[in-house]
Formats: sequence, C-alpha cells, structure tokens
Amino acid sequence: MFKLFQPNKIFQITSKAPKYVLFLFVVVLSVGLTEALILSPEDYKQSDAVRIMYVHVPAAWISLGIFSSITFLSISGFIFKNKNLFLISKSLAPSGFVFNIIALVTGSIWGKPTWGTWWAWDARITSMLILALFYAMYLISWRIYEKEEKIFKISTIVTILGIINIPIIKYSVDWWNTLHQPASINYLIKKFNSLINAFSFINNDCGICTFFIANFLNEI
Amino acid sequence: MINELLFMNGYGAYVLSAFSFTLLSFGALYLVTKIQYVKEQNKFVAKFGSLNTEKAKLAKSQRINKEILANVTNN
Repeated sequence: MFKLFQPNKIFQITSKAPKYVLFLFVVVLSVGLTEALILSPEDYKQSDAVRIMYVHVPAAWISLGIFSSITFLSISGFIFKNKNLFLISKSLAPSGFVFNIIALVTGSIWGKPTWGTWWAWDARITSMLILALFYAMYLISWRIYEKEEKIFKISTIVTILGIINIPIIKYSVDWWNTLHQPASINYLIKKFNSLINAFSFINNDCGICTFFIANFLNEI
Repeated sequence: MINELLFMNGYGAYVLSAFSFTLLSFGALYLVTKIQYVKEQNKFVAKFGSLNTEKAKLAKSQRINKEILANVTNN
C-alpha cells in the first residue's frame, strides 16, 4: 500500500505534473475570475461585496481541508512508521497557512462594508485565527528541532490538538448566536440566486485547488 | 464597462483589494517554494555534482539515492 509513497514513485509524478497542473490552474482561474468579477450578478443585500465571497469561502474550505489532511497523514505516519507521510504533510502546511490568511484577510475586507467593522471576536473568525496559530506552530515545529523523531512527535501532537478546532470552526455558526452568516453551501441551496453563483464558487475552488497542487508538487 | 468593473457600486476598492491580495499571496507562496526548491537543487548539485568515482559509487549504494535514481534509469 505504501509503495505509492516511495521517493521514486513520488518523483515520477512531481517531475512531470507541475507544468500541466499550472496550465490547468491558469485556465480554471481565468474562468473563475471572469465569472466572479464580471458575469456574477450583484447580491440584493450586499451588492457587489458578494464577489469577495468567491475567494473567501474557497480559501476557508481549502485551509480546513489541508489541516485535516495534515492531521490524517501525521497520525498515519506515526502508526505505520512511514517518514514520507510526514514529508508530504510538511509540504502541505505552507499552502494551508496561506489560504487561512487569505480567508481571514478577505473576510475582514468583506466585513468592513457589510458589518461596518474590519474585525469582530465572533466564534468562527476567532476559531479561524486559532487555526492560523496552529498552522504557525506546526511550521515552527519543523524548524526549531533538529532530531527527526522529535519533529515528527511534536508536529503530530500539534495537529491532533488543532483538529479539535476544525469541527468548532465548521459548527460554530450553528452552535452559537454569531455575527458570521451560516454555512455558504446550505445558504446557496436554500437561496439560489443564479447558476453563476454556484459555478463561480466551484471554479474558484478548482482554481485554488490546482494552484495548491502545483505548488505542493514543487515543494515536495 | 471598465468603469463599472473598477467602481462596482462603490465596493470596487474592497473587491479588487481582496482579489489582489489573494493573487499576490499565490505569487508569494509560489516564489518562496521555488526559491527553496532551487536552494535544495543547488545543495544537491554541490554535494553530488562533482564526485569522483569512489564517492559516486558510495552515493549510489545509499538506499534513498537508489530509489531516486531508479526513476532516472527507468526514463
């Protein structure tokens, strides 16, 4: 099962795939940007500020997904004693951290015209900030320790503690009476303005994903 | 149309700054990764690029290098 994670298999993919993934990224991002900035209609309440959602929401989803993947890989690496799984999760972390920062900053920019404030200590926003701190701790743990085994242990502990935060981020809008709006997917299904909304979300998600894959292939 | 795209009913500054920040972050992340990659590549070349026959044999006999070189010989 772990033959796929051997260096020669990994290098077979990482030496050839990046240029194709980059090309796909440019195509999908161009389509996503066109839909988000030009084709998408304005919202009846937020007007054109809704366009910020087309980068904010996918970035948030991706950062949560990457952290979950890092946790899964770290724990698997610990259980099956496969060093390559740790290296893969190390490669994922910078991208996840950057997407987390994008989600926080674009959310803040969206909050100013709609809520009238750049920041609020809302449950979801605060828990996303805590996730950013966990990402930072994970990245730092790879730099400050010299012994490999210690790095693997400490980084795995960081991810296990951080994964507790993921369902808190996801369900904070349901559990507490928060300023942040409910989940975007439910919102889209219940109040579907146009297909362009859905396609813009999906396209930007795909664009972000392909960029992340291209970068990840370079990193690994 | 360009005026509409830039102004966006008064939200243009917010929307365009959000998208610009996103694209700049992508660029920065890609650059940082590329710089690290080139550094590691140069380290590898410095270590293995000018080996004499004996050192090359020793390097090839290491397990991790065997796995990496298996890809090169297959191609």
